[in-house]
Amino acid sequence: MSAIALFRAPAGRATLWRRFFTQETLLAGAIIGLAVVVGLINPRFLAANNLADILLGNAYVAVAAIGMSMVIITGNIDISVGALIGVLATVSGSLAVAGAPIVVTWLAPLVLGVAVMGLQGVIVAYVGVPAIVVTLGMLSILKGGLISVTGGKWITDLPVAFHLADIEIFGFIPMPVAIMVGATAVAAVWMRWWPRGRAIYAIGGNAEAARLSGVSPRRTLVLVFALHGFFAGIAALLFATQLRVIQSTTPSGLEFTIITAAVVGGVSILGGVGTVVGATLAAVLIAEITSALVFINVSPFWTHAVQGTLILATVIADIERRRRRLAGAAR
Amino acid sequence: MNAAENTPIPLLEVRGIEKSFPGVRALSGVSFDARAGEAHALIGENGAGKSTLIKIMSGVYRPDKGSILVEGRETRLATPDDARRAGIATIYQELLLFPELSVAENIFLGHAPKAGFGRIDLRAMRERAEALLASLDIDDLPTDATVGALSVGNRQRVEILRALSYDARILIMDEPTAALTEADVTRLFDIVRRLKARGVAIIYISHRLDETFAIADRVTVLRDGAYVGTRLTSETNSSELVQMMVGRRIDNLFPKTEATIGGPVLEARDLVRRPLTKSVSLTVRAGEIVGLAGLVGSGRSELAQTLFGVSPAESGEIRLMGEAVTIRSPAEARAHGIAYVPEDRSVQGLVRPMSVLHNLSLAALSSLTRLGFIDRAAELRLAEHAAEQFGVKMRSLDEIAGRLSGGNQQKIVVSKWLANKPRLLILDEPTRGIDVGAKAEIHRLMDELAHAGAAILMISSELPEVLGMSDRVLVMREGRLVAEFDRAAATSQAVGAAMMGDASALERAA
Repeated sequence: MSAIALFRAPAGRATLWRRFFTQETLLAGAIIGLAVVVGLINPRFLAANNLADILLGNAYVAVAAIGMSMVIITGNIDISVGALIGVLATVSGSLAVAGAPIVVTWLAPLVLGVAVMGLQGVIVAYVGVPAIVVTLGMLSILKGGLISVTGGKWITDLPVAFHLADIEIFGFIPMPVAIMVGATAVAAVWMRWWPRGRAIYAIGGNAEAARLSGVSPRRTLVLVFALHGFFAGIAALLFATQLRVIQSTTPSGLEFTIITAAVVGGVSILGGVGTVVGATLAAVLIAEITSALVFINVSPFWTHAVQGTLILATVIADIERRRRRLAGAAR
Repeated sequence: MNAAENTPIPLLEVRGIEKSFPGVRALSGVSFDARAGEAHALIGENGAGKSTLIKIMSGVYRPDKGSILVEGRETRLATPDDARRAGIATIYQELLLFPELSVAENIFLGHAPKAGFGRIDLRAMRERAEALLASLDIDDLPTDATVGALSVGNRQRVEILRALSYDARILIMDEPTAALTEADVTRLFDIVRRLKARGVAIIYISHRLDETFAIADRVTVLRDGAYVGTRLTSETNSSELVQMMVGRRIDNLFPKTEATIGGPVLEARDLVRRPLTKSVSLTVRAGEIVGLAGLVGSGRSELAQTLFGVSPAESGEIRLMGEAVTIRSPAEARAHGIAYVPEDRSVQGLVRPMSVLHNLSLAALSSLTRLGFIDRAAELRLAEHAAEQFGVKMRSLDEIAGRLSGGNQQKIVVSKWLANKPRLLILDEPTRGIDVGAKAEIHRLMDELAHAGAAILMISSELPEVLGMSDRVLVMREGRLVAEFDRAAATSQAVGAAMMGDASALERAA
């Protein structure tokens, strides 16, 4: 029949334009545009070591935003990730100071992250407790537990070999950047071309339809939470090893920054839509903005206000897009 | 004498309306008018442009071109509020009522009679509601009843009363009988006749031709967004209207042909799943179409969902191709080559934010997977084939499925399962709510699949469809299979009597 041929020809241009004009290209443009503008105001912003600092110091946010994106795409949310990263970093650092083999100190946060997040996934998927409640509870447990056990004291005298973030691949690619780019690429490919990755979008868009299509929403959800825990483990490692000390408390507002990265990256808070590439780019943009505020002499206390504005603007744009889409659909 | 023929100026008229959405031309040069005291039916296939046209007449959409005249004066309907002020009220399929509020409160929400200090005058409101009810001779609808507790038919009457409370002179109804029982339809038609007598113009969208003839004075047909023609219902007949709607004759409504019937594909024995599947045994063979008839609530959909693992059986045995299997989830059912097209396709079938491509391939992903990843080329081939087979209207396969029209969304859900090449296909009301052309397409495909050796179990509430398409008819009542008929023995009396549990009629039929 001719229906496809008929409707494809005039659509070619529009589709091409739309393919180019995505959240990802928008973010890439914003990253470059902001660099140019701030660079004009204060050229020191563009110094190689500042740009490197922006990437190195915030790669862990981008890595955590990968898992967060997956969780939000399924239509859920996790607000315990910031506290979890703090706990995992402390566990890893304490093991290192206690003299555990380096491999163990690196693997422990990954295993523990998968376990904690996987457990939350099971409670959400099989017990049916809303994710915001489960993760709010976990946030309190982790935060309270950590401060009770460690008393908030700093972990120092970390062995030199522990510092994963100091490794440079081929002698010039810093490990945090390599991990950020690598993890984003692997996750993006998996979500697009592997059936289980595709299932994440399906259950976020319509869990019932996905289930009838032979996709198990529950198993997919547990897997997504477990993966999120794995990425949180990597993030915790990068976070723990970037400085010479670990402050054994939970980094305040970290979950907010991670959620902001996912949402500003184009992940719909309503589920079913978004990419991890967008989330990583948004994490870089947010880091860039934070740094830029310093270089144009704005108080860094404005950082959160800027993040809040970004997240509101993105969500409003998303809802507006859906509204228009809906109006266009009702024929 | 018909009131419609006496009025020179139509109450509402649209001329040369054009409306496009990105990539789709919804209406091209449509003209339409409604006169005082007439019911004017608007019919056409899904996607013909009926909904777009009524949304333009209700101020929801603005036309790209064309004019709207209310009582002969050109009027701009930029918002639904403009339309309301012009005396136009629209009753959509989804009723827009507040379930927690009373009948009177719903009727007067937004324009309740006021007493001092802006306080709502409850007594005046109740009195005016009662006067409205009395004006239509409605005596079985208490004004203080909570709307949420009312039947669909009664809620619809509340919407009509609400429209009348604004002194609407033009009432637009979008498929008002779709969810009504027979008794409710009778009451609705009674109201429509009274409104006609009062000089209200009624614009009536319907899929059912018999209703059109029962209630409408004139009927206008749209096809593919274009105006086809307007007829007096007294001077036309259903075959002419169907031909106008589809633009071609449907020679054979049910294109069922004889397929070679092979060995059993599905054998179920003593399946139990409380509360609605009570010891059911059935067999479906390769190449065979088995119709499952029964009243709503007889347990047909529940049986289908038990077979598909949505609500797995508590006891009993299922054999597929002679092999005993356990089916505990849809994923397992699918792995055994079973496909299921659910009844409520909007809720259960479509992932709205995903692309057409990904929706079409969702149920077939495992067969498209090579070395763990999805074979893009094979996915594209499958989706193109499926979309083509059904004539899904879209801009591209990358279009978001939720953006398509309702009829096209349904086509996607059905074709997604057929793309999977199942051995056993369970169809739950496969043609409900879709237009005549698409219906015939689906019947033709069922016949093709049967010829290719698939076993098909079809649930349908349309008796002609069951009788027309089935090799065998099973009748379900109160969770049990109560009768079985061969194609030759399946008459509408016999099957109908078995559905109702009318023993004497059963004997007469036998």
